Amino acid sequence: MLVPTLLELGTEAQKRQWVEPTLKGEVVWCQGYSEPGAGSDLASLKTSARIENGEFVINGQKIWTSTAKQADMIFCLVRTEPDAPKHGGISYLIFSMDTPGIEVRPLKTMTGHAEFNETFFTDVRVPMDQIVGQRGQGWFVANATLGHERGMLGDPDALENRFQALVKLMQKERVGQGRAIDNAVLRDRLAALQAEVAAMKYNGMRILSDNLKGEPGGMAKLIVKLQSCELAHQISALAIDAMGEIGILYHGSNREREGGAWQWNYMFQLGLIIGGGTAQIQKNIIAERGLDMPREPKLAKPAPAEQGAAVAARQKQGAA
Amino acid sequence: MDFGLSQDQQMLRDTVARCLADTCPLDHVRECAEGEASYSEKVQSALSELGITGMMVPEQHGGLGMTLLDAAVVAEQLAYAVAPVPFLASHVLAPIALAQAGNEQQQAEWLPQIASGKAQIAVAIAETIEVRDGAGVSCNGGKLNGTALFALDFTGAEAFLVADTAGRMHFVPADAPGLEKIPLTTTDRTRSVGEMRFETVAAEPLANDGGATAARLRDAGRVILAADSLGAGQAMIEKAVDYAGQREQFGRIIGSFQAVKHMCAEMAARHEPCRSLIWYAAHAFDAASDEATLAACHAKSHTGEVYRFVARTSTEVHGGMGFTDLLGLHYWFKRIGFDRQVLGGPEAVRAEAAARQGWTRAA
Repeated sequence: MLVPTLLELGTEAQKRQWVEPTLKGEVVWCQGYSEPGAGSDLASLKTSARIENGEFVINGQKIWTSTAKQADMIFCLVRTEPDAPKHGGISYLIFSMDTPGIEVRPLKTMTGHAEFNETFFTDVRVPMDQIVGQRGQGWFVANATLGHERGMLGDPDALENRFQALVKLMQKERVGQGRAIDNAVLRDRLAALQAEVAAMKYNGMRILSDNLKGEPGGMAKLIVKLQSCELAHQISALAIDAMGEIGILYHGSNREREGGAWQWNYMFQLGLIIGGGTAQIQKNIIAERGLDMPREPKLAKPAPAEQGAAVAARQKQGAA
Repeated sequence: MDFGLSQDQQMLRDTVARCLADTCPLDHVRECAEGEASYSEKVQSALSELGITGMMVPEQHGGLGMTLLDAAVVAEQLAYAVAPVPFLASHVLAPIALAQAGNEQQQAEWLPQIASGKAQIAVAIAETIEVRDGAGVSCNGGKLNGTALFALDFTGAEAFLVADTAGRMHFVPADAPGLEKIPLTTTDRTRSVGEMRFETVAAEPLANDGGATAARLRDAGRVILAADSLGAGQAMIEKAVDYAGQREQFGRIIGSFQAVKHMCAEMAARHEPCRSLIWYAAHAFDAASDEATLAACHAKSHTGEVYRFVARTSTEVHGGMGFTDLLGLHYWFKRIGFDRQVLGGPEAVRAEAAARQGWTRAA
């Protein structure tokens, strides 16, 4: 996700310093976007970076930072222009996770594991040249990265692999004298998922082909995150259904199948439906950018003083 | 790798779209659907001028010798315009069957007539998929007996290609003694189907290939029906988005309500991957790949589900207007309904896909 963003918007020095070691796996990155108060409304983020003695000084908190424990570096959205309108005051910084003042706390999820972290920043000092794009342009840079994330979360090969694993499971899993796959209803669901996996696979080929020709992916690309994450969740759901009561075994239980992988997937993939832009945000994006439908109108929120004035004016009119 | 339509195919698509926009406005569709003659001679002759009627006929017999992917591109446009013309059976399946299993005399006589649009040929293979009401046609000593249901492109057909219970195809002229033809009326008035009753009808058999031709026709037919739904779905989504962008309630354009917007987004999200799935299935057919049958099954069953959702959701976005005859949205709704049921509904097709992959326990 970071490499394409740097290639698109980074300085020459940043590209030289980071692209090669990142691709070789020598440098691991984590993403500092979401905050407890800034999820779907990411642009309302509050982590601040004031400028002091030619450095950014960062204070605040990020959440859902996966691999923060292992990461060498973070790409992070911070508010550098507190007085600018919310999308215009954000900058995109990259800095080392070893910088003093960073604390990483594991975030345990419903799966029972800590796949994510919370990251706290207390007076974290970062040199001014470790910014991607200009000050106040971080929202634009972040959206470039989010586009790549949407593509990554919908990897068709991963779907294909999970599907093949599901077929094997249903052929192996015994129910009475037969196999799970001998149940016509379960088999029908399996075949339906296979067709959907195929559709996403060829949709992926079409996107790749369009990319190579330099054509915009358009709708084919916009729908990948929404469709793939849902499909991945459905594949796990069928696996659990095919296992019956065995399907709920977890935590290394006796008789558990495949190390509880299907239950873990079933829960984790629900997380992925929510993360990286919730399904509902994806639908807004598809409707607004893909179908050119109108945005939700902003609620008019008059200040209490103005409200009072308006009431007074109406009363005056009534009296006149 | 180039996964997408070629320049020629994009041109074909645009040419057919323009032709239909000129010759086949909704008023004309309504005229045909409400009248006695369900197929439009005007639209059909415009299409035959473009060579569409002969697109699947080999070049040596006066056609264009094109591919199923080309035909899928055309089917999409026909459905987008809900065009009331014979296509699936008469101009895709019949030329494939005759080219593959017809004898020289059948090919020389009928393929040029299909190409020019002079002859319409119906195809009856429903019983090779599922037998309803005890239908089925037996062949004994060259004579056909029994019933074939859901012959496609039925009304006005000069001849019929019909599968017997062994899966062998037979050629039957419309005026063959002992053949009774009874039209069936469906919700979709833009296409024509019918029932054929045989009483010791002399027929000309096509090559005895152990059902291979009928199997090929099932694959091709399923891809074309899927492409038809794709085009009808595209039209229904566009209409829903347009309507939602104009209609005001509660002082707002209804398209600005997330409840409405999300319905449209869900339609688009399920619709778009179908395009690639159909392209792949058509390509697999053209390449006679081992995957062709499975890909056709996937395309048919998946589009059956997706476009049922699109058809009802687009209608709902249109509110009460969607339910009226006046708006005419129902022509696309019914077209999609036809595509889903014909040549095997999703469940039947998925059962076939499962059996093909050895998922079904050997009895």
